[in-house]
Amino acid sequence: MLSDSQTMAVHGETNNPALLHHFATEEQQKDASNFGMWIFLGTEVMFFGGLFCAYLIYRGWYFGDFGAASKSIDATLGATNTAVLICSSLTVVLAIYAAQTARRGLLLLMLALTMLFGCAFLGIKGVEYKQKFDEHHVPGASFSFDHVPIPGHPDQYANPRHAQIFFALYFIMTGLHALHMIIGLGIFTWLFWMAWKGRFTPEYDTPLEIGGLYWHFVDIVWIYLFPLLYLIDRHP
Amino acid sequence: MSDHSKSSPLKTYFAVWAALLLGTFITYKAAYIELGVFNSAVALIIATAKALIVALFFMHLKGASEKLLKVVVISTIFFLFILLALSMADYGTRRWS
Amino acid sequence: MATATVQPVERENYLNKEYGVGSWLLTTDHKRIALLYLISITFFFFIGGFFALLIRLELLTPAGDLVQADTYNKLFTQHGQVMVFFFLIPSIPAVLGNFLVPMMIGAKDLAFPKINLLSWYLYIIGGIMMVHCMLTGGVDTGWTFYVPFSTAFSNTKVIEAGLAIFVAGFSSILTGLNFIVTIHRMRAPGMTWSRLPLFIWAHYATSVIQILGTPVIAITLVLVVAERALHLGIFDPKLGGDPLLFQHLFWFYSHPAVYIMILPSMGVVTEIIACFSRKRIFGYSFVAFSSIAIAVFGFLVWAHHMFVAGISVYAALVFSLLSYAVAVPSAVKVFNWTATLYKGSIHYDAPMLYAFGFLGLFTMGGLTGLFLSALGIDMHVHDTYFVIAHFHYIMVGGALMGYLGGMHFWWPKISGRLYPEGWARLAALIVFLGFNLTFFPQFILGYLGMPRRYYQYPQEFQVLNVLSTAGATVLGVGYLLPMIYFLWSMRYGKPAPDNPWNAAGLEWKTPSPPPTFNFEEEPVVTWEAYNYDEIDSGQKQEAHVVG
Repeated sequence: MLSDSQTMAVHGETNNPALLHHFATEEQQKDASNFGMWIFLGTEVMFFGGLFCAYLIYRGWYFGDFGAASKSIDATLGATNTAVLICSSLTVVLAIYAAQTARRGLLLLMLALTMLFGCAFLGIKGVEYKQKFDEHHVPGASFSFDHVPIPGHPDQYANPRHAQIFFALYFIMTGLHALHMIIGLGIFTWLFWMAWKGRFTPEYDTPLEIGGLYWHFVDIVWIYLFPLLYLIDRHP
Repeated sequence: MSDHSKSSPLKTYFAVWAALLLGTFITYKAAYIELGVFNSAVALIIATAKALIVALFFMHLKGASEKLLKVVVISTIFFLFILLALSMADYGTRRWS
Repeated sequence: MATATVQPVERENYLNKEYGVGSWLLTTDHKRIALLYLISITFFFFIGGFFALLIRLELLTPAGDLVQADTYNKLFTQHGQVMVFFFLIPSIPAVLGNFLVPMMIGAKDLAFPKINLLSWYLYIIGGIMMVHCMLTGGVDTGWTFYVPFSTAFSNTKVIEAGLAIFVAGFSSILTGLNFIVTIHRMRAPGMTWSRLPLFIWAHYATSVIQILGTPVIAITLVLVVAERALHLGIFDPKLGGDPLLFQHLFWFYSHPAVYIMILPSMGVVTEIIACFSRKRIFGYSFVAFSSIAIAVFGFLVWAHHMFVAGISVYAALVFSLLSYAVAVPSAVKVFNWTATLYKGSIHYDAPMLYAFGFLGLFTMGGLTGLFLSALGIDMHVHDTYFVIAHFHYIMVGGALMGYLGGMHFWWPKISGRLYPEGWARLAALIVFLGFNLTFFPQFILGYLGMPRRYYQYPQEFQVLNVLSTAGATVLGVGYLLPMIYFLWSMRYGKPAPDNPWNAAGLEWKTPSPPPTFNFEEEPVVTWEAYNYDEIDSGQKQEAHVVG
C-alpha cells in the first residue's frame, strides 16, 4: 500500500495546468489514473472471461468437433498476428521510454509504428474472416461444415452443429478482441496528436502510460486466444 | 513509477520482446507435435509465461512501488478462476450421477 | 427568525453556486451528480412500483381477469428489471455514496469526476432504452432472461432490453471503479483505514463486486443478443448448446448483485445505529472485514439459484455448503449491531426507526435464505412465493429501508433543510406495517405451493393474496409520504444546522448544504470513528477541521 504520506495529500503548490483541482499533487493524480486503468483492465478480464468460460465448457464437450473446426482456420496467419501484436507492444514501451527521455521524434515514430502494427493485425484478421466467409464457416443460414474429418479419427466426421458453436465463439471472441483493437487505435491516434503538440514531457506522460496499459492488455488477450482457437488439435 | 531503475530498460524491453517471439514460435511448432494431453498444457503454460512477462515488464508491474496493483491483478485472476472452476464443478460431475 | 417560512442564509453552497440546466447536466460535482441520480432512480422506482401495483391488482382474484397471461409475463419481468437494474443497484451507491464518500474521507471530489458524470449519462441512456423497450412491446422472459425462451421463443423485445441493461451495467462498473480509487488514494491526512466510517468499507466492498461481477453479465447479455439475432447455437440444445451455461454466467453476476444491493444499506444502518445509540460500533474490525467477506463469499454461491435446473447433484452440494458459509459474515454484522444497541442511549428518530426495521426484516430475509440453501427444502419451495418473499424481505425490508433511513439521516446535509420528524416517524411505521402485511403472507403462500410468475391460482390462496395486496397499498402510502414531505421541506422546512444529529463523521463538519469543494481546508483526522463518547462528553476534537 502506498505510504500514508503519499495518500495523505499535502496542499501542494504547482503551476502545472494538467493538475486537476481535486488532486493535491501530480503524483497523486498519476497514481490514481494508473490505478483506475488497472481496475478497468480487471473488468475487461472478467468481460472476456465469460467467453473463455463458455469456450472451455464446449471444448470439453466437443473436443473432436472443435479440433476439426480449429484446424480449418489458418494457424500461420494467427501466429503472424501474434508476432505483429508482440512487436506493437514493444513499440509502445519504446514510445513511453522516448517520452521519458524527451525524444519527441522517437516518440512519434514509435506511436506511428504501434498504429501501423495494429492496422496490420486488423488487416490480417480481415483476410482470415474473408477466408471463413468464403468457406461458409460463418454461423448463420449459409453455414456448412460437412464431411470434415475429426483430427486423429479420419473415419469420423465432425458434427456441423458443434462446429458452428466453435465458429460462433471464434467470431465473437476475435471480433470482440478486434473491436478493442479498433478502440486502441483510436486512443493511440489521440495520443499521437497530443505527442505532436508536444504535450508529453518526462514529468508528464500519464496518458501514454495508461494508453499503453490498455494496449498491452489487448495483446495479452490475443496471447491466450491464439493457442486456444488456432491450435486445439493440430498434430495428427 | 518514476522511481524504477532507468538503467537500460531498453535491454529488458528487447529481451522480453525476443522471449515473446520465441514463445510464440515454440507454441506454434509444438502444436504440430504429438504430445497427447500435454499439447494443451504446453500451449497454456507458454501463453501464461508470455502474459506474465508482458504484465511484469511492459506494464511495469514489477517496478510498481507498492503491492496494490499486484493485488488487483491477482484478485481478478482469482475470481476468473472461481468462475471457471466452480462451473467445472457442475460440468465435470454431471456424468457421475 | 420567528417567521412562518424561514429563508436559509444564502451562503454559497453546491446548490446555489450556479443555476441553470446546463450547470446541472454538465456538472462534475459529486454532490450534484448524486442529486441527478436521486431524481432518476426515483423516476424508475415509480415505474417499477407501477408494475408491482398491476401485479398485485391482478392477484386479488384467483382468475386471470385483469390482464392477459402474456401481459402478466411482461409485468413481472419489467417490475424485476426496472427495480433491480435501474433502482436498487444504483440506489444507495449512486445517491448517498456519490454524495458522501468524498466527504466522509475528507476529499474534495471523487477521483474521476468526469467519469462520474459519464456514469450517470450511461445510466440515463440505458434507462431511455429500457423505457422505449417497454413502451414498444416490452419483454416477457422474466428478469432472469432464461434461455432458450429468451433467445429462441419469446416474441418480445429481448434484444433491446438486454442492450439497455448492458449499457446501465457500465454505469455501475464506472461508479465502482471511481469509489475504489477514491477510497485508496484520496483520504485526508490521518484518515487511516481503521478510522474510516463503516459506510465507506461497505461501499468499498460493493465496488469490488461491481467491477468483478458486472462485466460477466455484460458478456452474457452480448451472447444472448447474438444468439437471438444470429441463431448461433451457443445456448440452443437442438444445436448442441447448453441452456445451463447461460444460467451459470447469468447468476455469476446476479448473485453477487444482491450483495451490491444490500451492502451499502448495511453501511447506512451502521452509521445510523452508532449515531442514535450514541456509541461506538461494537467490533469495528469485524464489521469492516465482514463486508469484504460478504463480497468475496458472494461470488462462490451462484448455483444455488440452479438447484433444480439440472446441475449435477455434487455441484449442488458444494454450492449449498458455500451458501451456508456466506450467511456467516451477515450474521456477524447483525450481532455487532445488536451489541452496539446494548446499553446505548437510544433515540427513536426516523432514521433509527428505519434501522430497527432493517434489523428485523433483514434478519428474517437472511434466515429464509438459509432455508433455501438447504437442497431438500429448495426442491419444495423453488420458484414459489417463498422465494419472492425471501428476496423482498432483503431487498425491500433490508435495502430499501436502509436507503430511506439514509435519506432521512443525511437529508439535512444534502438539502440544508430539516424534514418534519412527526410525519417521518409515521411514514416509517406505515412502511414497516405495510411491508409485513404485503410479504409475510407470501412466505405462507410459497410454502403452500403457490408458484411465482403465475397470474392465476387456486381459490384457497385468495385470502393470503388479498392480504398481500392490501399490504402493498399501505406500503405505497408509506413510500409516497417521504416523497411529499422531502419536497415540502425544500421550501418550507426549517434550515438545518451543520450537525443536527450531533453525529460523528467528517461530512457533519461542513455546512448544510456543503460548499462545492466540501472543505475550506483539508481536514486532518486524529480521532477514531464513531467517537460518540468524546462528542457527548463535550471533548473538543483537534482543530484544523473547518467547514
